Amino acid sequence: MKKQKEFFYHALEFRQDLCMGCSHCMMKCPTEAIRVVRGKAILNADRCIDCGECYRICPYGAISVRQDDFEKIYNYKYRIVLMPAVFSAQFPDKITSDQIYSALLSLGFTHVFETENSIEFLIKPYNDYVRRHQEKPLISSFCPAIVRLIQVRFPTLTDNIMLIKPPMDVTAMYIKKRFEQAGIPWNEAGIFYVTPCAAKIAGVKSSVVEDGSLISGVINMNYLYNKVYREIKQKGFAKEDNAESGFKFMTRNSLRWSLTRGELRIVESDKKLAIDQIQNVIDFLEKLENEDTEDIDFLELRACYQSCAGGILCSGNKFLTTDRANRRANNTDNAALNKTEFEQYAPYIEDNCLLYGKIQPRSIIKLDDNMAEAMKKMKRIHEINAILPHVDCGICGAPSCQAFAEDIVQKGSDIKSCIFIQKILEQNDKLDILETVDLMKQTWDVGKLDKNKMKELNKEVNI
Amino acid sequence: MHFEYQVTGGDFTNAGSTSSSVKKTLKQLNVNPSIIKRTVVALYEAEVNIVAHAYKGNIYVDIEEDAIVISLVDEGPGIPDIDKAMEVGYSTASVSVREMGFGAGMGLPNMKNNSDKLTVTSEVGKGTTVEIYNRLQ
Ligand SMILES: Nc1ncnc2c1ncn2[C@@H]1O[C@H](COP(=O)(O)OP(=O)(O)OP(=O)(O)O)[C@@H](O)[C@H]1O
Ligand code: SF4
Ligand SMILES: [Mg+2]
Repeated sequence: MKKQKEFFYHALEFRQDLCMGCSHCMMKCPTEAIRVVRGKAILNADRCIDCGECYRICPYGAISVRQDDFEKIYNYKYRIVLMPAVFSAQFPDKITSDQIYSALLSLGFTHVFETENSIEFLIKPYNDYVRRHQEKPLISSFCPAIVRLIQVRFPTLTDNIMLIKPPMDVTAMYIKKRFEQAGIPWNEAGIFYVTPCAAKIAGVKSSVVEDGSLISGVINMNYLYNKVYREIKQKGFAKEDNAESGFKFMTRNSLRWSLTRGELRIVESDKKLAIDQIQNVIDFLEKLENEDTEDIDFLELRACYQSCAGGILCSGNKFLTTDRANRRANNTDNAALNKTEFEQYAPYIEDNCLLYGKIQPRSIIKLDDNMAEAMKKMKRIHEINAILPHVDCGICGAPSCQAFAEDIVQKGSDIKSCIFIQKILEQNDKLDILETVDLMKQTWDVGKLDKNKMKELNKEVNI
Repeated sequence: MHFEYQVTGGDFTNAGSTSSSVKKTLKQLNVNPSIIKRTVVALYEAEVNIVAHAYKGNIYVDIEEDAIVISLVDEGPGIPDIDKAMEVGYSTASVSVREMGFGAGMGLPNMKNNSDKLTVTSEVGKGTTVEIYNRLQ
């Protein structure tokens, strides 16, 4: 088994040139991974789970999502695009799947497949897995942000995560097998996954798949959406076109898979639950850890509201996307599934779709590996907590007074960064005004404390 | 380290808040996950028993490096026959409590299974004290 990476790869990038240090992202982060230092948001890589809540809330567009250079597709003779069903569901009704397919070919791809092509293959392994495993409830490993959330915040639940490869990897396996059987050398083929979110990128770059991901590159969905839309606008393309597409096994199950309750549909149990939106998931996992829940066999947990239709890189409105995906599913004829071809690949996929090893907990909650040391730190944190104001204003550069108390003990942050403590010290002549200005600059940089700038802005303000 | 919490009889909405808080503390102290699980399950059952059967109570938690001791002291009707109450399936829960999914008579047996030492003392008409002791290493 390949050793799991020491550090998570992160696709979210904080741009120092655009960041205003407004602290919105810091207050929103579900794992308290962000601090403001010298006027800029700084990400703690050990804590970040790539859920993208910061990206959603940033008012200045200062957070971007890294992607591979599109030209990278030309490193390969066979250029395969792997797009999730929510991609085509972003487009207005008047644009057909055939047009999208033609546009993708016109943009340089040689083959077009949908990510959920392998869902029908996965139904049996999924249910076998649920039946065989005792560690209930089993938690789906589909959403990489959820897997990471559990690793860092709910380490006692890592054994509940299902060790089944995500559809993206299973579909890639299927494509590779098809290519090999057609005599195409695999090193000439590159698979490019179109991602709705940062989490999936991180999932590809530091994959839980032990033998390495078959995905050669990742393209952001909003980027490709714009490219495809423009291509269709400029070149037209026939609405109906009988070219052989790679949408081999798209059934109702596969079309709904990445929507909320999509996985639930295929699990044969009546004790199952689907939860979307990261805070809802956290609340539920808290309950689960206390064993304060009914018996549940299977949990579908997704970081985004409306699941992947609400991914941070989806351009369309999440409700319209969900509605279109559902309508496409309703209009899909399940009987069209090519039984012979299906049976040809099913055994191979069944044998190769499981993950081995273990998802390692990476607790961000423990104060120290050594318990005696952790206890000392905890006492210190309690003492500090008792004197902090608990208004969670964020002026110290930490998301809450509690987090600040922990930063003081863990990272040596200066308690004088708290504006309330500063006032008390000033009152007692323990701190003069110049020192407080210096302290503020350490967190908020010079820009926000530039009095000349203020004077210029408002001549009447006499400062 | 010492912590104190209060529990109100009949308040099922907040039953479990002490367990959550103790769980967080144990996670911070890097206690073995299976010991955390045991301790939290035992505490949760005891907490719910105060909510379900007593009027109000206090929970005192003492954590040292080697062990955790949790005392749940309530004011309530008390338990006339502790040995009987400890039996699997024994319950005096009212219909309304059973409707909420409690009252299977599994609480005390569960607490016993999930603690290294469980002591229950009670005085009828006054209240009950439950002490859970778990080694942490
Ligand atoms: N703190 C308490 N005060 C008064 N009576 C109690 C208390 N704790 C338990 N009992 C009595 O002991 C009985 C058995 O308790 P136990 O926790 O095992 O079952 P239960 O609470 O009735 O049901 P369950 O815990 O399975 O929901 C209770 O029905 C109740 O009569
Ligand atoms: S729900 Fe879907 S889009 Fe959102 S983070 Fe998870 S995998 Fe990505
Ligand atoms: Mg009980």
